[in-house]
Amino acid sequence: MAKVERELILPSTKVSPINNDNPAVINIETSETLPVTKYDRNGCRKSASEVVSIARTAFNSCKTKNVAFRRQQLKNLLRMFDENAKALEDALKKDLGRPRQEASSFDVEFTKNDVITMLMHFEEWAKPEKPPKPLPNALDQICVYNDPYGVVLIISAWNFPITLLLGPLAGAIAGGNCVVIKPSEIAEATAQLIAELIPKYLDKECYQVYLGEVMETAELLKERFDYIFFTGSTTVGRIVHAAANKYLTPVTLELGGKSPAYIDKSVDMEMTVRRILWGKCSNAGQICIAPDYILCTKEVQDKFISIAAKVLKEWYGDDVESSPDYCRIISDKHYSRLNNFLADKKNIAIGGKSNAANRFIEPTILVNVNPNDSVMQEEIFGPILPIVIIENPHEAINFINAREKPLVIYVFTKSKTVKDMFANNTSSGNLSFNETLFHFTVDTLPFGGVGFSGMGSYHGKGSFDTFVHKKGTLERNFAAITEKCTAFRYPPYSESKTNRISIIMRPRRGISCKYLKPLLIFCLGVIVIIIIQLIYYHVTDKHLL
Amino acid sequence: MKTNAEIVATARKAFNSGRTKSLEFRERQLRNFLRLFEENTPEILKALSSDLRKSKQEAVMSETAFVVGECQTLLENFKTWARPERPSKGLVNIMDELLIYNDPYGVVLVIGAWNYPIQVTLLPVAAAIAAGNCVVIKPSELAPATAQLMADLVPKYLDNECYPVILGGPKETAELLEERFDYIFFTGSTRIGKLVHAAANKYLTPVTLELGGKSPVYLDSSADIDVAARRILWGKCLNAGQTCVAPDYLLCSKEVSEKFVEHARSILKEWYGDDVQKSPDLCRIINDNNFQRLTNLLKSSKESSKIVVGGKSDPQERFIQPTILTDVKQNDPIMQEEIFGPILPIVHVNDAQEAIKFINANEKPLALYIFSQNRNMTESILNSTSSGGVSVNDTVMHLAADTLPFGGVGSSGMGAYHGKYSFDTFVHKKSILVKDLGKLGEKLSYARYPPYSDSKLNYITRMLSARLPFSFKYVPYTIVFGLGVASAILLKIVANMYEKDKLH
Repeated sequence: MAKVERELILPSTKVSPINNDNPAVINIETSETLPVTKYDRNGCRKSASEVVSIARTAFNSCKTKNVAFRRQQLKNLLRMFDENAKALEDALKKDLGRPRQEASSFDVEFTKNDVITMLMHFEEWAKPEKPPKPLPNALDQICVYNDPYGVVLIISAWNFPITLLLGPLAGAIAGGNCVVIKPSEIAEATAQLIAELIPKYLDKECYQVYLGEVMETAELLKERFDYIFFTGSTTVGRIVHAAANKYLTPVTLELGGKSPAYIDKSVDMEMTVRRILWGKCSNAGQICIAPDYILCTKEVQDKFISIAAKVLKEWYGDDVESSPDYCRIISDKHYSRLNNFLADKKNIAIGGKSNAANRFIEPTILVNVNPNDSVMQEEIFGPILPIVIIENPHEAINFINAREKPLVIYVFTKSKTVKDMFANNTSSGNLSFNETLFHFTVDTLPFGGVGFSGMGSYHGKGSFDTFVHKKGTLERNFAAITEKCTAFRYPPYSESKTNRISIIMRPRRGISCKYLKPLLIFCLGVIVIIIIQLIYYHVTDKHLL
Repeated sequence: MKTNAEIVATARKAFNSGRTKSLEFRERQLRNFLRLFEENTPEILKALSSDLRKSKQEAVMSETAFVVGECQTLLENFKTWARPERPSKGLVNIMDELLIYNDPYGVVLVIGAWNYPIQVTLLPVAAAIAAGNCVVIKPSELAPATAQLMADLVPKYLDNECYPVILGGPKETAELLEERFDYIFFTGSTRIGKLVHAAANKYLTPVTLELGGKSPVYLDSSADIDVAARRILWGKCLNAGQTCVAPDYLLCSKEVSEKFVEHARSILKEWYGDDVQKSPDLCRIINDNNFQRLTNLLKSSKESSKIVVGGKSDPQERFIQPTILTDVKQNDPIMQEEIFGPILPIVHVNDAQEAIKFINANEKPLALYIFSQNRNMTESILNSTSSGGVSVNDTVMHLAADTLPFGGVGSSGMGAYHGKYSFDTFVHKKSILVKDLGKLGEKLSYARYPPYSDSKLNYITRMLSARLPFSFKYVPYTIVFGLGVASAILLKIVANMYEKDKLH
């Protein structure tokens, strides 16, 4: 989910301060001077430390702890979507050439529904939980509070600049935090729009947008946060993790990796091709969970190719470049990175065209790819789909396990045995059978990576839980009986006290209230019938039954 | 002697062999783990006595019985916990299968601390075993007798390849941290915690850090001061104050402080007699470094505050008497670091509001203790402070309730464990979406494919916002209610029939 490898390649030499009033910002790649107003907020540019200290003061005022306040903010966020859907889609078009259908369904509508889900449930989630009591705590109250962390930093990626930014934002707001929002500078139009819109809808002190490039982001990461939520590449994720070391700030890292797709011959190939190509061509493959490469046998490969050619033609016509339904690559740098994979014209079975002028890369399928080829060495993050030949599912599993744990593994098969083999013998953030991308949309499934594909997960209740600290609380009373029951712990120690401790500490099933509620409701049912009987008898002098 | 790299490679190979994924294997290991305690409790108690002069009662309560209890809970429940979860489905997924697998991470490193060397080392180990990981166990070198005992005993009871013990000091630990692990569970100080976290950066290894901090007590005048004093002093004197969740300092008004000191004097006398040093029930300080650090704190406190109880120490035995200081100021040296010894400074505050301010001006503590019978005040402190955990009207005890997550926040740590939380710490929740390749499902989601159109978009928008018209939440209750109604009716009918029979 490469945010910016260039953050690493380029040291922080971005700004050449010509004079303090009008520092020119030069984009090193294109050598163009960017208008400095890009970083202006209401004419005055706040430093990272100012932004954070405003947020901290706001958090300390406790206003975000108020559930009604959070509700209002979430409602405002929803209103922001309703009133600006068109503007958001236009910004996405500008940044990624994204067709309206993709912009609307992946970013605007999807995130809007995230916010609606949050609004529907967060008050229930925010209530203190009452876990079952262990027996020694029979006389105590125990509960788990959902404490907001404080000031949260959300750093988002450019590939879904709205979903990956405002989805977590809804969770952080619902959790009661103040948030510093850092959109990706690479999706420039969207970042700019977010910076304009957020202050119009949300509390200006609690939720601030901070714009900036490499150097500004580095400045921001020097500040103290209570939680950092990062979406982007593994390389930058590691930089964020290192910055979090200073204050031991917990982080969620939503990273990427090479997500494989295994296909066996039992499948309905037409459907499989459509689902895989849809996952690969949406957003021109610039998706952290896009299928990165295919593992299959030679026959499956041949079948796949013949159907893929037909499907792509049906979708984009004869000239893909002129189709309005296909995205462009985000930047020149990413374009040339991808174009390099196609430079030697080797193994290209379908596609292979590109156009630097509008950063167009045709959906391309490479066949019989050698695992040592350069295209197999990094996350592709573009519409190029290599096929690596394997003989059987065992070999596919070994191939996957010999590499870093991916964010998702896709398996297309009808065989239950093969499904179980993959489920039990591979490790990945998520696993999806016979479908691509859709697991992202299921909000009862935790979404997140493992190993190099990330740490932490979110979506649905997970988005709320990510941004709260679960504070275990035990409350005891001063009653004489409580004190008597626990007095054996005090010195002077003795053998009999020690024995009592061993007995008490043996685990027993606690008093679980799990079955109490159904039992009461059952009794209620019985009582209702008895009452009806009595009333009926009283009124009519006859038995109802 | 095997190198670290070899030991980790052996563990990784063992993990890759898949044997720790078998629930039967895990169960056998956990049973052996329990047998280790059954057969060696006297040796363990001896080692603890040698390292910390821990008395038998404390050792049983906070080490052996504690770990055995948690291990039994694991044995009883881990198979249920390991089963794939089936989360609820929305309308859109009605035809799909949703699963969450509990995947072991792989090779886990557990680094223990010296204050409860058995508990904080072996408790996470048991949970990591239950979760199906291989575990490299690194006991703290500062409790040498216990560390050696673990190194001797663990290989006799647990699989040697899956659960190796590595001994060593800071240098060896630093070397060990260069290896690649899939999870690191660390208990210790914030300073070392940072080093562990930094080492985890290389492979982005997730970590649980169980650290410490200055855990405050607020004592309100509404509390039963005698009982409160007992509970506070117990938390402070346990293990001679060398407890991560020990109450570090006391916040209360001047009047409450006077009453507290009065009660404290008589309680300590009742517990340890006139000559505390002679009592067998008080632990010693772990080593000369820490003893020196504590006596220095005492010395510096003599100038700025009053020692009202205790104050004696003996370097020979590393004995420090339970000591109470009053009139302590926020800037005094003793208020700058976690005390981790039997010294209790009292800082005077006028009311709960002032206490809240004081607490919030410092790092988030691992534990917070509130003694008050005023429910509103308790609630307001709970809501306006942040800490790892809280006990109201007691100390340390929230750690013992295994249905509560135990862990810090901010500089007191990250991650939590105990009970099911221990198991969950060591598994990756892998969500699985299972779709079929049926025609109907394909038709319902066909609108996603290019060429795009407005009507397709409208359809998708509708699908995205589709929600079930009602919640399934109340269905079980409705059924149970219906059952109640039905059984009452049935009973009546049966009774009627019986009566008719009798009439005939």
